[in-house]
Amino acid sequence: MIAQADDTLTIYERSKAGRRAFVVPALDVPPRSIDELLPAALRRAEPARLPEVAEPEIVRHYNRLSKRNFDLDTGFYPLGSCTMKHNPKLHERIAALPGHARMHPLQDPSAAQGALELMWRLQEALGEIAGLPHVSLQPSAGSQGELAGVLLTRAYHEDRGQHRTKVLTPDTAHGTNPATVTMGGYDVVKVVSDAHGNVDLDDLRAKADEDVACLMLTNPSTLGLFETGIEEIERIVHGVGATLYYDGANLNAIMGISRPGDMGFDIVHFNLHKSFTQPHGGGGPGAGPVAVSERIEPYLPRPQVVRRESSTNGKEPFYDLDYDRPKSIGRLRGFQGNYGVFVRSYAYIRSLGAPGLRDASETAVLNANYLLARLRREGVMEYLPAAYDRLCMHEFVLSGEPMRRQLQVKTLDLAKRLLDHGVHPPTVYFPLIVEEALMVEPTETETKETLDHFAEIVAEILREAREDPSVAQHAPYTTPVRRLDEARAARRPVVRQAMNGN
Amino acid sequence: MADASYPDDLKYHPEHDWARIDGDSATFGITWYAQDALGEVVFYDAPEIGATISKDQAYTEVESVKAVSDVIAPLSGEVIAVNDVLAEKPETINEDPYGDGWLVRVKLSDPSEADSLMDSTEYQATLE
Amino acid sequence: MTRYTSATDADREEMLATIGVSSVQELFADIPNRLRLNRQLALGDGLSEPEVFEEFRALAARNVSSDDEISFLGAGMYDHYVPALIDSIIMRSEFLTPYTPYQPEISQGGLQAMFEYQTAISELTGLPVSNASVYEGPSAVAAAGYVAKHTNNRRRFVVSRGVHPHSRETLRTHAHAWEMEVSEAPLDAGATQLPELSDEVSAVIVQQPNFLGAVEDLASIAQSAHAAGALVIAACDPLPLALLKTPAECGVDIVVGEGQSLGNRLDFGGPSFGFFAATEALMRRMPGRIAGETVDVDGKRGFVLTLQTREQHIRREKATSNICTAQALNALAGVIYLSWLGRRGVVELVELMLQRTAYARERLTAIAGVTQLHEKPVVREFAVELGAPVGAVIARCREQGVNPGYPLWRDYPEHADGLLVAITERRTKADIDRLADVLGGAVSAEREAVGVST
Repeated sequence: MIAQADDTLTIYERSKAGRRAFVVPALDVPPRSIDELLPAALRRAEPARLPEVAEPEIVRHYNRLSKRNFDLDTGFYPLGSCTMKHNPKLHERIAALPGHARMHPLQDPSAAQGALELMWRLQEALGEIAGLPHVSLQPSAGSQGELAGVLLTRAYHEDRGQHRTKVLTPDTAHGTNPATVTMGGYDVVKVVSDAHGNVDLDDLRAKADEDVACLMLTNPSTLGLFETGIEEIERIVHGVGATLYYDGANLNAIMGISRPGDMGFDIVHFNLHKSFTQPHGGGGPGAGPVAVSERIEPYLPRPQVVRRESSTNGKEPFYDLDYDRPKSIGRLRGFQGNYGVFVRSYAYIRSLGAPGLRDASETAVLNANYLLARLRREGVMEYLPAAYDRLCMHEFVLSGEPMRRQLQVKTLDLAKRLLDHGVHPPTVYFPLIVEEALMVEPTETETKETLDHFAEIVAEILREAREDPSVAQHAPYTTPVRRLDEARAARRPVVRQAMNGN
Repeated sequence: MADASYPDDLKYHPEHDWARIDGDSATFGITWYAQDALGEVVFYDAPEIGATISKDQAYTEVESVKAVSDVIAPLSGEVIAVNDVLAEKPETINEDPYGDGWLVRVKLSDPSEADSLMDSTEYQATLE
Repeated sequence: MTRYTSATDADREEMLATIGVSSVQELFADIPNRLRLNRQLALGDGLSEPEVFEEFRALAARNVSSDDEISFLGAGMYDHYVPALIDSIIMRSEFLTPYTPYQPEISQGGLQAMFEYQTAISELTGLPVSNASVYEGPSAVAAAGYVAKHTNNRRRFVVSRGVHPHSRETLRTHAHAWEMEVSEAPLDAGATQLPELSDEVSAVIVQQPNFLGAVEDLASIAQSAHAAGALVIAACDPLPLALLKTPAECGVDIVVGEGQSLGNRLDFGGPSFGFFAATEALMRRMPGRIAGETVDVDGKRGFVLTLQTREQHIRREKATSNICTAQALNALAGVIYLSWLGRRGVVELVELMLQRTAYARERLTAIAGVTQLHEKPVVREFAVELGAPVGAVIARCREQGVNPGYPLWRDYPEHADGLLVAITERRTKADIDRLADVLGGAVSAEREAVGVST
C-alpha cells in the first residue's frame, strides 16, 4: 500500500459505510417479492463496492482533483496536431437547452426536426469547407472517421469486383493511420518523405500499383508543411485506380483558403474536437465526420440524414433518417452520432461564418510562423533547429537532437521543465522521422504576448541548461507530482482500487 | 546497464539479436543496442517450449514503456528452454542482456545457418 | 463577428515584420494558385452571440424532448435523472478543456478520475481490468470482437439476436473487413438459443438483459462457448448489473456496454461512453486508454496512462485498436454518478425500477389485445405485442403527450406489432397509469378500425 497525503485519496478511501448522497423516491407501486421478480439464482450475492459518500464530499473530492489538472482555459497549450484552440462558452449554454440535451435518439423524426435540420445543415457546411458534396456525421472520433474512410474504400473496390490488399501511408503519419489500416483489413505500406519534408514522389510512384486501395495523407502534413506535390500525388494515385484519403487533423491551416476536394481527395475526415472547438474533455468526446465524392456516396454509413423536399402544396422540407442504402458499409456505432458535438461545432461555424473561418486559418498560420521566427530571434535554433528550413503552416517541428548532444538535455526534459513555467509542452517525439521531435501548434486564439512569453521561456530553459543540465533532467519540481515511474506502472499494472483484500 | 558491449564469443544478427552456440543447441537474446533503444523492459511473453522458430522470423515480442519490438530468431530450431526469471523481472534484459537476460534456448535444426551471422566487430560496424 | 482571435492590425504588422514577409498571403506561398479557393465559402457571414443563441434556441424548439412528453423510449439509451452536481463538476475548465493526459504530472486530476472510474466498472462487472472508456456501446462490441480475433485467430462470431440491432450491424461492418463471418443465434421465448459451436467460433456475443428486456442465462452460455474454445462477450446494460449476477461470476471474458444511463444526457444519441472490462489474461490486448497507479521520484502516489504500447501511437500497425481518445468527460460523469448513487443507492434505484417495470408490465398486458412478448424475468425494460397496428397506436398516444416506447417492426419483423417499453426512476406510478390509459384507448381504437372486437 502506497502511503498517501490526503490530497491523493481516492473516492473509495474517502468512503464510510452508511454515507450516501442519493435518496431513492418512495415506492409508489404495490410491492412484489424480489425473489418472484428476479430469482435469487439470477442475482449477485455481494453488492458492487461503490463509494459511500455524501454530496459535499463528492463535490469537494472532484473539485480538489480538478485543481491537479492543467487546462486550456488556464494556460497556453501548444500541442502539435491537437489544435488546442479556445472552446467558446456560448456552446455549453446552447448544448444544454433541453430541446437539444433531452432528445432521445429514437424519437420519431417528425418530432426531431430541429435536430435533424441542424445535422443536415452541419453536413452541408462541412461539405462546403471540404469541397466534397456528401457528408456522414456518424463516426465518433477522428480515428473512427479514418476507419470509415478505409471501409468506404474497401466497399468501393469490392463493388467493382476488385480485391486490393494494400494501403499507403507516409512515414510521417499519425499512429492512428496504420492502426486503422490494419483494422480495415489491409496491409500498411510506408511511403518515405524527401529532404523537404514532402512525400517522396519517386517512392510513391514505385509503390503505387493496382494492389493499392488507397493513399492516406494529411495536407499540410504532420510536419506542418504543405504537400507541394499534391497535384502529382493525385495523378499517381488515381492513375492506379486507388482512392485518395485526407486526414483532417491539420484542417486548421487551410479553411476557406484551399479545399481537399479541390486537391482531388475522395474522402475527407474532420476532427470536430480540433478545428471546430468541441472541448477536449481530458481526452474525449469528439466526432469524426467524413465528406466524400459522388462515386463514394453510395457506401456511406447507415442511416444518413437527408432532406426531403415537400412534394406538394408548398409544405416545409422534411428532414429524415434514410436507412434505405443498399450499398452502405453499415454502421460504425449506435444511433446517429455525437449530436452534442454537432451542436457545438455548428454553432462555431454559424458564429464565424465564411470570413471568420478564413481568418481563423490565416491567423493560425501567422501565429505559428511568428512563434517560429520569435524562437529564432531568441537564438533557440542552435539547440532546437526547425526540422525543415521552410515556411511552416499552422504548426512546426523542431528537433531537440543538438540540445541532447550538446547539453545532455532531451526533448522530454525540456517538456518537463516547461511544466514548471506554467505552460503545457508541445507534442513530443512525434513525428517519428524527426529525432527528439517537438511539434508546436499555437492556434489562432493565442495573443502575441503569449507567443512572446513562450519563446522567452524556451530561451530561458536553454540558458539554464547550458549552466546546469541537471535542473531540466530532474524537472518538474512545482507540479502536483514529479516525474512518475511509468515502467513500474507497465510492469505490474494496478488499474483499480484494491479493496479489503482484493 | 552501463556501457555498450558486444562480447566476442557471440554471433550477431542484423536485427539486434545474438546467439551463443554450444554444439547443436544455442541460446538467444537481444543486444545491448536493442535494450538501450527499447528502454526499460516491462513485459516479455515467452514462446512455448517445443515451438518451432525460423531464422529471420519474429518468434516473440519484448515490450518496454514506450515501444514493442519483435524479436528476430538468428537461427532456426526448436525451443527447449525459456528464461522464467523474465516473467517476474523483465528488466533483467536491460541489466544483463547477454547473461541472465537470455530469452530462449534452442535445439538447432540447421547449424550451418550460423555462417551467415556476423561477429562482434561486423555487427558493431552496422551500428555506426 | 466572434472570431476568438486577438491579432490587431498593429500586432499583424509587427509579426509579419519579425517573420520577414510583407503579407499574410505570402505565408501560403506553398499552395499552388490552382488550388486556392478564389471565392468565399458559401457559409454566410458569421453572427453575433445573441443571434447564434436565438437560431439554436429556435432549432431546439422544434424538437419534442423528454421534457415535453412522458416517454417510455429506451432501447439502449434511457431518460434518467442526471443529478445537478455532475454539471457543476464536469463544466469546470480543469475537466472540460484539457487534452489527453500525455504529461501526467499536470493531469493527476483526470488520471485519478479514470482510475476511480475503472474501479467502479470492475465492481459492477466483476472483471478485474477495465479501460478508461471507449466511444459507446455498439462499437465497444466490435472492439471486443477484435480482441477475440487477435486472441484465437478464428474466423466466425456467433451473435445472439437478442443483442442490440445497432451492435449487431456495427459488428458486421467491422467483421467484413476482418474477413470474418457473423452468424446469428436465434431467440426462443425471449432467450438466446445457442447452436452447436464449432472450433471456428472466435467469440459468442450476447446482451444482458437482452434487447427485448429478458435476463439471459449467461452462465450456461459461457459454459458452451468455453467448451468450444470460444471467448464470451457480454454487452450489458450497466444499472441492472447492480442486482444481476455479475458477468464475471458467469464466466464471461469481456463485458462491454453503453454508459449513457450513468450520469449522461440523452443528447439525441451522443456523446456518451462505452465501458470495456476483461479478465486478467486479456489485459495486454485491451483497446483504449488505461490509467495505472504508480509513484513519483519522491515516492508520492500518482497515476499515469499505462500499457500504452497497446495503443496506436506506439504500436502503430500492430495496435490492438485505433482508438485515440477515451470519452474522458463522459466517463467522469459516469463515475460521479455511481459515487452519487453509492453502494446502497444503486441497489435501491434498480430495485425501484424493477418494481415499477413489473407494475407496468402487469397494467399493459391487462389491456385487451396486448400480450407479453416473452415471460422471462426483466429488470427495467420489457416488450409487448399490441395486437394492433403499432405505428398508428404510437401516433395516437403521442397526440396525448405519451410516447409509449420503441416499435420493433424495423429490427424484429417477426414481431411486427411489438413495442419495447423502458422504465427509469423518472417514470412514476402516475406516469405508468397514464401510459396504460392512453395506450389502452389507442389500441382499442385501432383494433376497432381494423374490425377486431374488443
